[in-house]
Amino acid sequence: MEGKTEGAEKKPAKSGAKATVTQPQLGFLGMCRWAWTQLTTMRVALILLLVLALAAIPGSLLPQRIQDPGRVNKFLENNGAWGRFLDAIQMFDVYSSVWFSAIYLLLMVSLVGCIIPRTKQHWKAMRSAPPKAPRRLRRMPGYASFASAQGEAESREIADQAFLDSAEARLKKSGYRINRQADHVAAERGYLRETGNLVFHIALLMATLTMAIGSLFGYEGQRILVEGETFTNSLVSYDSFEPGSYYDADNLPAFRLKLDSFTSTFDDQAAGNQFGQPRSFDANVTTTVDGKNEKHTLKVNEPVRVNGVGVYLTGNGYAPEVTVRDAQGNIVQSGPQVFIPDGGDPGYTSEGVIKVPDSAGTQMGFVGVFLPTATQNQDGELVSSFAELRNPYLVMSGYTGDLGLDSGVPQSVYSLDAENMTEMSDESGNPLIIQLAEGETQKLPGGGSVTFDGVKKYIAVDISQDPTQALMLISAILVLAGLGLSLFIPRRRVWVRIKDGDAEVAALARGEDPMVERAVADLVRGLRDPEPDDDGEESDAER
Amino acid sequence: MDVNTDLAMWSNQLIISAMIVYAFAMIFYAFDLFGSRELKASQTAVGSTARPSSVRRTNRKTASTAVLDRPGDDDSAAPAPSTRKNRRRGARIGTSLLVLAVLLHAAAVLTRALSVARVPWGNMMEYVLTATTITVIVYLVVLIKKDVRYLGTFVSGGVLLCLGLAITVFYTPAAKLIPALDSYWIAIHVPIAILSTALLYISAILAVFQILKSVHETKDPKWLRFMHRLPASTDLERTSYTIAAVGFITWTFTLIAGAIWAEVAWSRYWGWDSKEIWTFVVWVIYAAYLHARATRGWGPTKVAVLNLIGIASVIFNFTVVNVYFNGLHSYSGLD
Ligand code: HEM
Repeated sequence: MEGKTEGAEKKPAKSGAKATVTQPQLGFLGMCRWAWTQLTTMRVALILLLVLALAAIPGSLLPQRIQDPGRVNKFLENNGAWGRFLDAIQMFDVYSSVWFSAIYLLLMVSLVGCIIPRTKQHWKAMRSAPPKAPRRLRRMPGYASFASAQGEAESREIADQAFLDSAEARLKKSGYRINRQADHVAAERGYLRETGNLVFHIALLMATLTMAIGSLFGYEGQRILVEGETFTNSLVSYDSFEPGSYYDADNLPAFRLKLDSFTSTFDDQAAGNQFGQPRSFDANVTTTVDGKNEKHTLKVNEPVRVNGVGVYLTGNGYAPEVTVRDAQGNIVQSGPQVFIPDGGDPGYTSEGVIKVPDSAGTQMGFVGVFLPTATQNQDGELVSSFAELRNPYLVMSGYTGDLGLDSGVPQSVYSLDAENMTEMSDESGNPLIIQLAEGETQKLPGGGSVTFDGVKKYIAVDISQDPTQALMLISAILVLAGLGLSLFIPRRRVWVRIKDGDAEVAALARGEDPMVERAVADLVRGLRDPEPDDDGEESDAER
Repeated sequence: MDVNTDLAMWSNQLIISAMIVYAFAMIFYAFDLFGSRELKASQTAVGSTARPSSVRRTNRKTASTAVLDRPGDDDSAAPAPSTRKNRRRGARIGTSLLVLAVLLHAAAVLTRALSVARVPWGNMMEYVLTATTITVIVYLVVLIKKDVRYLGTFVSGGVLLCLGLAITVFYTPAAKLIPALDSYWIAIHVPIAILSTALLYISAILAVFQILKSVHETKDPKWLRFMHRLPASTDLERTSYTIAAVGFITWTFTLIAGAIWAEVAWSRYWGWDSKEIWTFVVWVIYAAYLHARATRGWGPTKVAVLNLIGIASVIFNFTVVNVYFNGLHSYSGLD
């Protein structure tokens, strides 16, 4: 293998020199050929690999749109011109950027240009006999010479051939391919090493292509489901939906999924920073496919797979059930409202809004926090000290006016645009603070009331389909298998020559092979077996 | 939630005991490596620090680890011209102490695992605890095949440093797993990652020795005199490469297993999460290392430098990425 590498290195060096001399006549085609030979050298592949490693790093230092567009926007807000500059050079979309793509595409081209000739060469090598022995064997990394015992027989010639027969048999038994010549046996083993190496490189190409294709033909969507709700797999049921370019969203596989109940437990025993950490998230769901119901437990590491679509548990939280009444006592809003937990808070302090568009006259809106286990901290502030529902508490402020729902601008259900609204105030003119424990009701200043009925739980699920996953798995297995063969199968050539009873054994490693000398020693020992005194030979062979 | 705090406390005690023994192992190994320019001097140095009674004790221990040492001695006979019988007492004692230390260390891992009734790698402290054990075991396994006792100082020293960090900066009380980690994939993905780290670390120390040795071979500066008995730099290079090659395969497995786990947990096998990015970066650097070795124009020293860049990225992946980068993989157990 090393030899081949050298060959690949020499060629471009030559044509490179030529290019500088005969540049004017090179022409477009010549330029292309030159670029191609350059690109397919090991040196360039190596440089591209190093550049790829380097290019992948910024994506871990800066927020990326594929992960968290919100953080990208925040970064842009805080960094002005510098942020805009980074955005212009695609630093927030590193892995789909022009420059990152260019690097790995060049690498892929280089890979193809490397695989094709090597495959041809290997194919030929596998079908031709091992090369004959070079004239001088003494310089090989593994070498031994000794006098064959059969030398005393009546005919030297017959004895020599018998010796070669036995060498051939031995080598064959250890998996060598044989080329028998008049005065020597040439043998080679370990073709699988190069096969493995080629499989590895081809599988890498496969994996990269699969990754690209997978994103075209799959989709990914999100949905929040409150206990008791049912999800029907159709476009309108998704909170967000990102199809690949070639995904046909009209043909989503049909199924329904109902969240029956969700249980979460948190650690109230452990010490230090482990206190309050989550310990289990179990969602009991029922799936319906073709009218058939099936119960599953959906967990963080146990997605539910229905009809080729995977449903993954990615989040959870609380949805306080709140009833709002108008001045006449009519219910204008009721039911669970999804509150989003603050990611960093182990106590699950959650924020949410309640919009009441249907109240007579003006619209109402409420913004607040939900505390699963409300406690006062040292400063007298209300905080949540634990994530389970031990002392659920709702703290909100209220607004009246125009919610802006008819403005045509799409609105988040989790935030309130209070621009055209006025904050409710209490009798003394201070902003109204609504504080409710479970079951409590508070009157609103303009008549009407808010009631905190109870709490339901909800889950956030990712729903996605990637038809290329199986192919990816196969590629990955081939990568690993090819690599194992290519790094650990020793490839070596062995020659056994005899002339008038003087035997020579030599071995040459092709690629890494710490065992060449040992292989020669073993073979010599085997060939000299008939001799009684075994001890003296080893040192002979070592030399 | 049924965490056995007694066992967890025992585990902490065992860590401290192991650290003490590692410290002694390091000192003896260091004597062997640096202090033996004049053979006699090293012997008296060892003799004077140990009281007669303890000398007898260590002798007995040496006998029990002689199995470990013997094949190595054979091996080193080739590169190092004179390996006299009584030489290298420091290294022998070092190895014996290291075996003792790793037993205590393994017991610490075991008690920690038992205290929480799960695999002992749920947070950074536990990861370090296990990774260091595996590093010492890898070293001892390599020792059976080859005399690499010149690495002893840096194996015991590195492990000592890591354990020190584990019980201070990374300290995390014993507790159950968070749901995100509660999967059988943790038992597949993480131990192989740990094994890779151990292999790549040992390969990297060898790479450092290789570079120093080649300086010793060409320029022979005074401060590198102690290297005279190390194997030739080509030999060191080959050992370093072989171990890194194994490490690369296990790292490839880590990456693939991680991707499969990511699909199960997050609905996609690859999403360029910061941990995924760095696992990829590490992988590409070592791929480059393997390529460089087969590329003309890249001498062994340059290749060894790539190996060192590789280990630097492994360490960065474990420390900085875990602690400071936010991503889905926030399992450091730190706040
Ligand atoms: C996607 C980019 C590539 C990656 C990740 C990659 C990775 C690897 C790895 C890990 C090895 C080590 C296996 C071994 O030593 O047998 C290897 C070997 C090899 N690669 Fe690549 N490779 C890439 C591209 C290329 C390209 C473009 C070429 C051709 C110019 C190439 C030629 C070789 C050769 C000849 C070997 C055998 C080296 C030896 O004798 O040890 N590779 N590659």
